[in-house]
Amino acid sequence: MEERNPGNANANLQNLAVEAHGLVKIFGQHRAVDGVDLRVEAGSVYGVLGPNGAGKTTTISMLATLLRPDAGSAKIFGYDVVKDPHIVRQLIGVTGQYASVDETLSAMENLIIFSRLLGLSRSDARRKAVELLEEFGLTEAAKRPLKKFSGGMRRRLDLAASLIAQPPLIFLDEPTTGLDPRTRAQMWDTIRRLVKTGSTVLLTTQYLDEADQLADRIAVIDHGRVVAEGTVDELKASIGTSSLHLRPEQREHIDEVRRTVDRVLGVQAVVSPEAGKVTAPMLDADKVTDLLIALRESGIRLTEMSVQKPTLDEVFLTITGHGVDHDSTDESGALDGKEAAIS
Amino acid sequence: MSMSTITPVSQRNLKRHTSFGQSLRNSFTMAYRGLLKIRRTPEQLFDVTFQPIIFTLMFTYIFGGAISGSVQSYLPVIIPGILVQTVITTSVVTGVQLREDMDKGVFDRFKSLPIARIAPLAGALLADTIRYTIATVLTFAMGYVMGYRPAGHLDHVAIAGILVIVCSWAMSWIFAFFGVIARTASSVQGISMIILFPLTFLSNAFVPAQTMPKWLQWFVHINPISHLVTAVRNLANSGTIGSDFAISLMGAAVVVAIFAPLTVRAYMRRT
Repeated sequence: MEERNPGNANANLQNLAVEAHGLVKIFGQHRAVDGVDLRVEAGSVYGVLGPNGAGKTTTISMLATLLRPDAGSAKIFGYDVVKDPHIVRQLIGVTGQYASVDETLSAMENLIIFSRLLGLSRSDARRKAVELLEEFGLTEAAKRPLKKFSGGMRRRLDLAASLIAQPPLIFLDEPTTGLDPRTRAQMWDTIRRLVKTGSTVLLTTQYLDEADQLADRIAVIDHGRVVAEGTVDELKASIGTSSLHLRPEQREHIDEVRRTVDRVLGVQAVVSPEAGKVTAPMLDADKVTDLLIALRESGIRLTEMSVQKPTLDEVFLTITGHGVDHDSTDESGALDGKEAAIS
Repeated sequence: MSMSTITPVSQRNLKRHTSFGQSLRNSFTMAYRGLLKIRRTPEQLFDVTFQPIIFTLMFTYIFGGAISGSVQSYLPVIIPGILVQTVITTSVVTGVQLREDMDKGVFDRFKSLPIARIAPLAGALLADTIRYTIATVLTFAMGYVMGYRPAGHLDHVAIAGILVIVCSWAMSWIFAFFGVIARTASSVQGISMIILFPLTFLSNAFVPAQTMPKWLQWFVHINPISHLVTAVRNLANSGTIGSDFAISLMGAAVVVAIFAPLTVRAYMRRT
């Protein structure tokens, strides 16, 4: 960072990849983004967490020069997105929510065209395309038209296309929405490797566990505003704890289970008779061992024991005081159940 | 794992604007994309293949006897007329396809790349000249099959063909503009046809203007399509380049000067 670009007026802000103040975007009557502030340090992974329609994509579009902000300002590595859009575009890669690649062409042709547009010579473009296809495990499908690609393959190609110029800042707009758990985990690996090369990543997600897995810092966004910001741990602490769910083999044991939990964990357990299970906040995971031993000594057999992490719903309930509109976030609800399998 | 470490921002050679050379290179790359798309979906060429054949046959045999006394003597009149009409009509498709193309996600990526803003549009329009070339060649070939022997010989016929292609390319900026501002592809088709039908038929393309009422003659004489048709007739039938040639090229330049900036601005504003 010692060597400064002569054209850069704000060289002292070089270690901030993104700096946004009071960004606003209004569509008709709707304030899609309503005064967003963001500070993303270079070399970090920053997660923007929020439900559908919270303004995540609109925010990214403004930072990526795709949309002009109605108010506020944003700088990418010190360059203003409105005054110097052409410079900003040389510093960013954008991978959209919907794969932004050419459906009618093959993967190879797509990458060659993007490489050529970025100024690579014909032979360099070909070499780069082959290299990226290899990198993202798409070599076998290189010549096939994209129409026959799966969702995961499309996302990978999309990400590959964003990396041609090796930009120092990469925007990933919901990189795993709609992907199955296995492809999702692969995408996470790719993103982690990306960060090791020194890229800054700003990703949006609807899934708390995704932000948890990848991001150093998180901003929670709701109705176009940042409602919470901090490290993953800070945020988690503010949300509350995981909960422990226990289901005894015999229903009549349920009250004894509750009493044992109260005694051993020192917390207030809740019985849900219709489900036949006991739920308790898990403040200290270590004490669960004692609890299980105590239950075994009382001769109580369990058919199920599970730990539920706080869900996005709970994050929102805690931070905003209202839940997530359920019609818009069916996907996140459905995914809560899969969490254990992925993480 | 072969991802190499990225270059820090401070060591990058950043440019504030695209140079003219880069704009040109970007546009040619976009044109290459257009050609690849045509190769992948050859059914796109259906209209430029069959329209010249069917229209030339139809108009010549229907109007030939009535207007010029015989099919043979009508050919030097109708072939330049049908050529202009067919190729200009083909340029409407440019606007329609641009609209369809812009709805796809790939245009978002084009916008986020450090490339010339005009390139995605200019490239698409440039690639479509291949369509105009096909239509031009097929119309002349069809005329030849039916007995048309242009007195201007091949070199002047070639110049006439190029003139029509250049003017159609200029016209396609108008339809590209509709393509950018319209909400659906079918509305682009609709608006464009409303403009195109009077423009091509209220000209000297099919019928000598002398047979029309005075007020209509006035319009036919100022209609740029008439000048283009006359320029093509002069070139193909007598091998001469006259004022109509200059007027056609000037008209094309004016259309591009107005609609290219308008289209690019509308394209930039659209989200």
